[in-house]
Amino acid sequence: MKPSKPFRVFRTSALVVVVFALMAPLLWMITASFKTNVDIYDTAKAFTFTPSLKNYETVLQQANYLEFIGNSLWVAFAATTLSLLLGVPAAYSMSRFSMKKSALVVLMARVIPGVSLLVPWYYVFSNLKMVGGFTVLILSHMFVSLPLIVYIMMGYFDGLPAELEEAALVDGLTHIGAFRRITLPLSVPGVATAGILSFIFSWNNFMFALVLSGSDTKTLPVAIFDFVGYASIDWGGLMAAATVVTLPIMLIALFVQKYVVSGLTAGATKG
Amino acid sequence: MSAVRTPRTDSPEAPAAPLDTTSAWSRWANHHRKWLFAAPAMAFVAVLIIFPVAWTGYLSLTDAEGSVRAESEFIGVQNYLDVLTDTDRFWPAVWRTVLFTGVVLFFEVVLGMAIALLLWRPFRGEKWVRVAILLPLVATPVAVGMMWRLIFDPNIGMANQLLGWIGIGPQPWLAGQHSALPTTMFIDIWQWTPMVVLILLAGLTSLSDEPQEAARIDGASSWQRFRHVTLPLLMPTVIVAILLRGIDALKTFDILYATKGRGGGSFHEVETLNVYAYGLSFDYNDYGVSSTVLIIFFLIIIGVMWALTYRKKGLGR
Repeated sequence: MKPSKPFRVFRTSALVVVVFALMAPLLWMITASFKTNVDIYDTAKAFTFTPSLKNYETVLQQANYLEFIGNSLWVAFAATTLSLLLGVPAAYSMSRFSMKKSALVVLMARVIPGVSLLVPWYYVFSNLKMVGGFTVLILSHMFVSLPLIVYIMMGYFDGLPAELEEAALVDGLTHIGAFRRITLPLSVPGVATAGILSFIFSWNNFMFALVLSGSDTKTLPVAIFDFVGYASIDWGGLMAAATVVTLPIMLIALFVQKYVVSGLTAGATKG
Repeated sequence: MSAVRTPRTDSPEAPAAPLDTTSAWSRWANHHRKWLFAAPAMAFVAVLIIFPVAWTGYLSLTDAEGSVRAESEFIGVQNYLDVLTDTDRFWPAVWRTVLFTGVVLFFEVVLGMAIALLLWRPFRGEKWVRVAILLPLVATPVAVGMMWRLIFDPNIGMANQLLGWIGIGPQPWLAGQHSALPTTMFIDIWQWTPMVVLILLAGLTSLSDEPQEAARIDGASSWQRFRHVTLPLLMPTVIVAILLRGIDALKTFDILYATKGRGGGSFHEVETLNVYAYGLSFDYNDYGVSSTVLIIFFLIIIGVMWALTYRKKGLGR
């Protein structure tokens, strides 16, 4: 059906408003990150100012952000890899043998408020002297990634016909061999989707790192708060920090848009 | 499809018995693959969930506080009586949680539906609109909170400047005791409406065109077609969107903490159940009471989920 002309005019103007509303704040954040604090406080200089890299210098050199970027990368990468190793075979089994109740156990992790897990975790891991280390951070982030990966991959395996594996069995492969050599190669797009989404969610996760990270393992979302003092805020530094946290993940999402969208909407249309 | 054919080239003539079936371990593994595959993930989640939830349940019956290692005494349902009669912090937090979730869900679904309908049919520049929709979604929520904190700053923020240009006086936004909660709702709506758009758009594109055409031939106006054809067909997807967003909205933490800090601000003006429970646990180390709040919170979430999935099933059949 081709839309009518008045509708097309209305749609174009409405979408311009939507795009502006979604993009303007982000552009404003990036703009402010290039301003000195003097310029930020001077409302006359909202759009006319001399761009300065001073805030980025503060963030990357004084505030130790290179280390925090490294921490965030490592935690997100390790949590994603380990969750894929555990989650993909689990999702396969749960999809092929329709283990609804087992799947529910894993998916419960999406529903439970993180705070209710943090107190016991904090107790156990501080007794084990692990709080502030990478292991406990990665484990806590896996708790976010794993259910996500199982959820996405279950949907993906549901869509792969079992006949392909049966054909492989006839050809003499074992069940596990068929999974490894037929199903896994075919599910690469699904694994990519699940992995990317898990990375994004882990990168953005705040609450677990707030409690469980130490000064050496601080991740980016926690490090942002260094720019908020009790009395005042270093706005320029804060906006540069916020940009440094957000921009990499946005760029990743842009390049692999298709996967991000299919992951976020996974299972949504099955009703 | 080369991946499918690969094994066949291993045994071009007679399908010789593959080597790996001969070992006892391999035969056992193949026979028990169902649990061999599923058990590690389930064990991981179970240990990280079941033990903590059970312990939270136990702690809620004790007077645990101070150091996590301090001795605590079993005090029965005293915490529950205290919490449920606490009209100072607990009930206002419940009310804020309900209000926050209800308002953001309403706007996210209505706006999300409107935007999804705009994007439904192909048009030029579609790619750019999709980019704009994806970016807020993947942006780090804490950074988003900080970004809006600058925009909504009463003195130097862009929001008040814009209002000034159209002749409206400055608003306190996040700084005001009554305006803080609506402002955080606005931020949540900005960040998560795109999520609803994506889900509904996926639902819309999977609908078949025929019922639409039939209604058009019958002379239905576009509103009538939306109201009586598209919306009922899309309802299961709408429920999924409400369910997914609802669970996360109930648990909102990052934006509230980034904009108002501990305790939801000095007057607890944005203190929801999640923020309250976090504060009790990690600012006051009042583990017994915080566990009680969490168990009640948990029951509320399960209740809401159950109600929604129940309704979803009812609509599906």
